Amino acid sequence: MKVGVFGASGYVGGELLRLLLKHPRVEVAAATSNKYAGEFIHRVHPNLRGQTNLKFMKSNPSKVINDCDLLFVATPHGVSSSFIPEIAETGLKIIDASADFRLKDPQDYVKWYGWEHKCPEMLKKAVYGLPELHREKIKNAQLVAGPGCMAATGILALAPIVKSGKIEMNRIVVDFKVGSSGAGGKPTLSSHHPEHYSVVRPYKPVGHRHTAEIEQELSILAGEKVSVAMSAHAVNMVRGILGTCHVFLTDPISVIEVWRLYRNAYRDEPFIRLVRDRKGIFRYPDPKIVVGSNFCDVGFELDEHTNRLVLLSALDNLMKGAAGTAVQDMNIMCGWDEREGLQDSGLHPI
Amino acid sequence: MEARTFQSKCPECDAELEIPDDIISGEIVSCPDCGMDYEVKLTEQGEVILTPAEIEGEDWGE
Repeated sequence: MKVGVFGASGYVGGELLRLLLKHPRVEVAAATSNKYAGEFIHRVHPNLRGQTNLKFMKSNPSKVINDCDLLFVATPHGVSSSFIPEIAETGLKIIDASADFRLKDPQDYVKWYGWEHKCPEMLKKAVYGLPELHREKIKNAQLVAGPGCMAATGILALAPIVKSGKIEMNRIVVDFKVGSSGAGGKPTLSSHHPEHYSVVRPYKPVGHRHTAEIEQELSILAGEKVSVAMSAHAVNMVRGILGTCHVFLTDPISVIEVWRLYRNAYRDEPFIRLVRDRKGIFRYPDPKIVVGSNFCDVGFELDEHTNRLVLLSALDNLMKGAAGTAVQDMNIMCGWDEREGLQDSGLHPI
Repeated sequence: MEARTFQSKCPECDAELEIPDDIISGEIVSCPDCGMDYEVKLTEQGEVILTPAEIEGEDWGE
């Protein structure tokens, strides 16, 4: 099957190319970048030298439509909603890694992103592409919206306990530590090495856009409105996110009950691992262990002192937080084993 | 010949524990999921009792 990557010069685009070039069932037919059109891919993604002779091409939707059976989109937020409606009319399957089709309520784009959605009628047709929540809908979707990296981290940690109804739904606090690649490939002063090195910088203590996705998806699971208080910190990593989620129990729950709840929820999930170990160094999820893999590690601890359950989750923001989940979505849409092309373990040590 | 085992449940996390059927009292079995160690005690009726063994936590000394 031929696939294309629209907006292939960024970090998510590069990670998509890395995965797709070695995927046993696909051929990369097109990779677009207006900035680097005509240039070899390995000039921008040096890890792909020797893997392909493909060059970037201009971002011409009609050309890509003719060349591909499925299109990945990795353009900056607010861009894809201007050209996806035209592509979707052809029936081409699309997986959009940007935020443009994640939210169901058009007003949420005004509130959280500051712009009016260009094609609000398409929001209901798009499927939120987190396989652990929407696998059946993804199978038959034409347009899949890849989850935000921190949203995926938080949702995967919280989904089972929220669905159980055993917590206060208006008192959920999520804290993220995220690596610098989460800010994308475009340099800014805050990503400048002397400014970023050694930081633990609360860059969005309130009002982060991914709050909207987390609330949307958890509210569906809970069957009621869920409120999430989210804070995000930039830390001295290139890849990876650690989510620390605090929820407050309405009824007492034991450690073994939490184990059973999470094991039942994720037993058949190929990319969720439960980590709450009594031995070794890595007793809870740690981004360091999942870098380069499509795993999301989920763990927990009970705090009887405050009647609190702490859920911890770690993933690679470019993999399970973006490109890895997008490839997993493609596998599901095509009826393939969803692990295909995604079975690498993380590197250790790194 | 393949070693024979029987199943038990981890008292900490409810995971399946595979215990060799030739295990003897005093041996340690470890849970693959949560890492808890258990000292095995065999009763006269052949029943297996798992007693949590002590595991040191991480202490940064603050």
